[in-house]
Amino acid sequence: MDKLHLDQHISHQFNKELEDIRNKVLTMGGLVEQQVTNGLTALLEADNDLAAQVSERDFEVNKLEVEIDEECTQVLARRQPAASDLRLIVTVIKVITDLERIGDEAEKLGRFSRDLTKISKETPSYRKELRHLGELVKSMLRDSLDAFARLDVEAALRIAQRDEDVNREYETLERLLSTHLVEDPRQASKLFKVTWCARALERVGDHSVNICEYVVYLVKGRDIRHTNMDQVRSEIMD
Amino acid sequence: MNTLAASDILNKPTDKVTSVPDTAQEAFDKLTETVGTPTVENPKMQTRNVNVFYGEKQAIFDVDLDIGQNEVIAMIGPSGCGKSTFLRCLNRMNDTIPTCRVTGQMSLDGEDLYGADLDPVLLRARVGMVFQKPNPFAKSIYDNVAYGPRIHGLASNRAELDDIVVDSLRKAGLYDEVKDRIDAPGTSLSGGQQQRLCIARTIAVSPEVILMDEPCSALDPIATARIEELIDELRENFAIAIVTHSMQQAARVSQRTAYFHLGKLVEVDDTNAVFTNPQHELTENYITGRFG
Repeated sequence: MDKLHLDQHISHQFNKELEDIRNKVLTMGGLVEQQVTNGLTALLEADNDLAAQVSERDFEVNKLEVEIDEECTQVLARRQPAASDLRLIVTVIKVITDLERIGDEAEKLGRFSRDLTKISKETPSYRKELRHLGELVKSMLRDSLDAFARLDVEAALRIAQRDEDVNREYETLERLLSTHLVEDPRQASKLFKVTWCARALERVGDHSVNICEYVVYLVKGRDIRHTNMDQVRSEIMD
Repeated sequence: MNTLAASDILNKPTDKVTSVPDTAQEAFDKLTETVGTPTVENPKMQTRNVNVFYGEKQAIFDVDLDIGQNEVIAMIGPSGCGKSTFLRCLNRMNDTIPTCRVTGQMSLDGEDLYGADLDPVLLRARVGMVFQKPNPFAKSIYDNVAYGPRIHGLASNRAELDDIVVDSLRKAGLYDEVKDRIDAPGTSLSGGQQQRLCIARTIAVSPEVILMDEPCSALDPIATARIEELIDELRENFAIAIVTHSMQQAARVSQRTAYFHLGKLVEVDDTNAVFTNPQHELTENYITGRFG
C-alpha cells in the first residue's frame, strides 16, 4: 500500500471523515513544528515575547488533540474501520499523542527561556550547541511528518536512524554542562535550565522516531516498536 | 531528499485519486494462486482444484482450501462471488441442482466426498448445514431435534432419544427457554430461537463439521450475539465454516477468513491478519468498503 485511497469508499461521508482527520493531523503537525521553532528561537534569542506566545499557543495544540481524538472515536464507533482504515485511525490516535507531547516540550523551551532571562538578559550559554541540537530535531520532526503525509516507509526508517545523532549531541552537551557545573557550582540554576532545554529538544527527537514507527505500521501493517531497527530496515527494504 | 512542510502538503494533496485504479482488477486477472495460507496442518476437510459449473457458466475457479479441526473459518465476499456455492459443495448440497457440476478433490478426514461409495445422506449427517432463514419442520420442538437421530437410528430407545434432544438443545443454548413447552410447534418460537432450534437439529446427529450459510442475517443483534456465542462454544467439538455478509461477524467469530471474488479464492489467512493487514488489494477494497 503506497496510497491510502481515502476517496474511494462507497460512502462519501466516510471519505470525508477520514480525509478531515488526516488533514487535521497535518494541521496539528504544522502547528507543533511552528511551536518548536518558536520555542527554540525564543530560547536562543532570549526573546521573552516569543516565549510567552509559545506558552499561549500550547492550548491550540491540546485542543486539536482532543478534537481529533473525538473524531477518531466516532469513526471507530460508527464505521468499524478495517485494514488500512483501521490502521490509519490507530496511527492517528498515536501520532497526535506524540505531537501533543512535542507541543509540551516546545512549551517547556519557552518557559525555561523566560526563567533564563530572569537570571541573565544575555543569550544562554551553550547557544551554539543548543542551536545545533535544535536544528537536528526540528528537521527530524519535519521529515517524520512529511513521511506520514506521503506514507513513505523508506524515509521513515531513515529519519528514525537520525535519532542516534541527536542522542550523541545531547550526551556531549550533557557532559559539557556537568563539567561546567562541577567547575562553577554558582552557575547551577542556569546550567540546570540549559540541561532541561537540551533534554526537551532530545525528547522531540524521540517523539519523531515514534511517528516514524507509526508510519511503518500504517503502510506495512508491521509494528516495529521495541524491535531491532537494523533488522527491520533490511526486512522492509528488501 | 526534497522535503515539504506539513502545511505545503496540505495545500498540495499528493494522493488524490479521482477514479478507481485498474490495479485491483489487473491483480485479480493475474491471480492464479490464493494469497495467504489456504492449507492447515491436520485439516478436517480438504479441497483441491475445485471448479464448479452451473451449465456452461463457471462459478468457482480452482479453489484449494482446508478447514481445520475445531476452527471457525469465515467465508466472505460480495454477492455472487461463489462463497455459498463453495459451502454447498462441502456436503454435496449442489447435487440437488441438475445443471451443477463439481470437479476437483474434496475430502473429509481423507475420505473422498464425491467417491462412488459415499452416501450423500450420511455425508450430510457428518457435515451438517444451517441455513440463512430458520427452517424448522412443521413439528414439535422435540420432534424437530429428534428427526435426524430417528432416521439415522442413533437412539435405541426413548430415554436415549430424550437425552440426545435435551443435550442438543442445551448445546444450542435453547433448552432453558423451551423446556416447559417442548411439545409446542417449532414454528411458534421467535426467529432467533428457531435458528437455534435448527442448530440443535443439526448437532443432534453428531456431525463433525457444521456449515452455516448466513445464519444470522434474519436475526436481531441480541439473537445474533447468542448465535455467535454458540458458534464459539460449538468450536470445541466441531469444525465450522460460516458464510456471512457481516464483516464484523466474520471478524468476531472466526479464526481464519477466506475472501472470495468472482469465483476465485483471493485470500485466506488468520482473521486478525485479514482484518488489519490484508495482502490483496481486492480484499482490502472489500473489507474497507471501497469501490473495485
